[in-house]
Amino acid sequence: MNSKFLQLDLRSSPHVKRPVTVEVIMRNVVYALIPVSVFAVYAFGISALAVILTTTVFSILTEYIMVKVDGREITINDYSAAITGILLGLTLPPGFPLWMAALGGIISIALGKYLFGGLGFNIYNPALVGRGFLQAAFPVSITTWHPAFNENRFSEFFSSNLAAPFLKPTVEAVSGATPLAALKFEQKATDAFSLMFGKTDGSLGETGGIIILLCGIYLAVRKMLDWRIPVSIFAVVIIFSTIFNMINPEKFPSALFMLFSGGLMLGAVFMATDMVTSPVTKRGTYIYGILIGLLIVIIRIWGGLPEGVMFAILFSNGLVPVINILTKSRVYGTKK
Amino acid sequence: MGTFKHGIHPPEKKEISGDKKIRRFPFSPYLIILLSQHIGRPAKPIVKEGQEVVRGQKIAEADGFVSVPMHSPATGVIKKVGTSLDFDGKMTPSIVIEPYPGSEQSVQTGQDVNVDALKPEEIVKAVQEMGMVGLGGAAFPTHVKFSPPKDKPIRTLIINGAECEPYLTSDYRVMLEQAKRILRGTKIVLKALKAEEAIIGIEDNKKDAAQVLKDTIAIDDSAVNFIKVELLKTKYPQGAEKMLTKALVNKEIPSGGLPADIGVIVSNIATVSEIGELMPKGQGLIERVVTLSGKGIDNPGNYLVPLGTPLEFVLEQAGINDKARQIIFGGPMMGKSAAYLEVPITKGTSGIVVLSEDEVIPRNQKVYPCIRCGECVNVCPLYLNPSRLGILARNDEYDKMAEEFNLNDCFECGSCAYVCPSNIPLTQYFRIAKKVLREGRKRKESMVGTPEA
Repeated sequence: MNSKFLQLDLRSSPHVKRPVTVEVIMRNVVYALIPVSVFAVYAFGISALAVILTTTVFSILTEYIMVKVDGREITINDYSAAITGILLGLTLPPGFPLWMAALGGIISIALGKYLFGGLGFNIYNPALVGRGFLQAAFPVSITTWHPAFNENRFSEFFSSNLAAPFLKPTVEAVSGATPLAALKFEQKATDAFSLMFGKTDGSLGETGGIIILLCGIYLAVRKMLDWRIPVSIFAVVIIFSTIFNMINPEKFPSALFMLFSGGLMLGAVFMATDMVTSPVTKRGTYIYGILIGLLIVIIRIWGGLPEGVMFAILFSNGLVPVINILTKSRVYGTKK
Repeated sequence: MGTFKHGIHPPEKKEISGDKKIRRFPFSPYLIILLSQHIGRPAKPIVKEGQEVVRGQKIAEADGFVSVPMHSPATGVIKKVGTSLDFDGKMTPSIVIEPYPGSEQSVQTGQDVNVDALKPEEIVKAVQEMGMVGLGGAAFPTHVKFSPPKDKPIRTLIINGAECEPYLTSDYRVMLEQAKRILRGTKIVLKALKAEEAIIGIEDNKKDAAQVLKDTIAIDDSAVNFIKVELLKTKYPQGAEKMLTKALVNKEIPSGGLPADIGVIVSNIATVSEIGELMPKGQGLIERVVTLSGKGIDNPGNYLVPLGTPLEFVLEQAGINDKARQIIFGGPMMGKSAAYLEVPITKGTSGIVVLSEDEVIPRNQKVYPCIRCGECVNVCPLYLNPSRLGILARNDEYDKMAEEFNLNDCFECGSCAYVCPSNIPLTQYFRIAKKVLREGRKRKESMVGTPEA
């Protein structure tokens, strides 16, 4: 031993560590979003691909430029900007003008994330900030729906995708409405089977409910997603919609319809569970999930909008600091 | 089965050395006896350079109450009474002994003691005389622990056989091989504390050790009614005092308080075993069981190592190999990494873990911002908020950490840093914060002046 030079590491304890890092978690979230995106492309064709790619590329690009300008270490390799981009794309309708989608990606990162200080410091889910901006700025485009499983979907874009910036897109033949809008404004219910398997119109990531659920289970099993949040959202939505449905089945939809319509699945599984913008305590995550569930039910049933997932999550994001304080544990050996 | 809330499950790695019987370690060419290997004042040397000593002979005496004497681990000659480097790189009083070649392993010193005839105070005094300190790693003088304030009667003696640190198996082997000593020691300590019962807590990954102890107790009519063995869930940090009291007597040690506040004393199982062995013989503590483990050595095992054996000699004997990258005194969760090889084995050294390239944390691991995943909050055994504390530490808000977020309750178990996906060195932050606060307080006191001055 004396003959060789021993090069020793010096550290402070602990000297062992669980190998799960931010990068590993984020990469797995991206993996879990791939099947969801593939289904969106399968259902809506190249338009879907173009929208998702646009939001993703512009999200990553924005992060890259902002970090660079700020003279900080490059952060795009932690995958978090990619997740924001993909999620934003999945909340948009298939025929969404690409220049608007690009703007959404920029706003998500710049306003939703970087303005707060970057990864870990934002209060609101960046993808939903982007989507909220787009909904306010382009209320028509974001509620213009195109039919799924169009025959030419793999060879042609929806013409509205290619609208020139700042010009009003020409609205082409628009298929009826999303199942939630149909229900709210036309009292027309869609059967649950079509909803679960994506046979309906809607935003890109709204239609493949079962796939989203399976991808969420993958992440939950790998302990990279807090199952308490989607489970409490589902529980609240199921309980309340069942009660209302029993009171008046004509007016109020079934629990299954509520779960698999609109952005509920995508929101509950992939957006409400964003670690940065959800509570740190276990009790807090239940409260947060229940709050989101209640808000969804309230907005959908009594609100002026057909859909409430985005606002429910954004509103609850804002309450997370309060939830964290309220659910603070009693420290061992103290009396509260 | 008893346990506590939160905690972590690091890979146990006990299989590397768990089935290796305790074996004697040879004498190294020289032994460095640090005179301050316990918490409290260093021992005072009572030998001179060039003097011959026999194995077991007292070579330094306790300096006051919070101090313990030292005994010579080998028959040989005193080479130096001076100073040596201690673990933290400071020069500290020491005695260097050169054992004679072929020095006997048996102990000639010491007179048999009739322990049954001793009064509780005499037992406590004898514990000090044998130089006993907590062998779990803290090295707090055992007789001090056994002298709780008069107004705090002790009901329960908790004996810690949890050994929750990964890699370490010395306590496990002690339980398997020294059950009778443990039983004898437990009775002695119970008498010293005037306590009613003793509970030996053992993690359920060591069921065989628990069974051996149960069987030994079952055939002893004088013990069976007040000494019991309880299995604990295998979970880190199950062996911490605060976790053991929660798991075994369902009580929490008050914040800032001591186990005696809830009528409990917690003692390590190896400590109890040594008391059971040494006190009846009137001998001092001169060697201890040390686990040598990790992929950086070729001969892992559990060895009875003479105190003062230099690390370099230990590593040669253990067969350190080319893969060795980090040497840890103690376990990998709370142990300290060694910076140089002259540092000796002390009374608090429960193991030496030599981690290899594929066991260590990669160098220059990237630290991400906190993503508020809440993992640390959900593993902290004290229900602290390490995430929040970490952010405060980054901003140097140490006072706020202590006043509003119970920083000083943290005993640096490392669970939060172990799980943190952002690789934030939380435990290190808290260690620094506590030290800064401690020193700031000292400085303030010295500026104001002590009340006596």
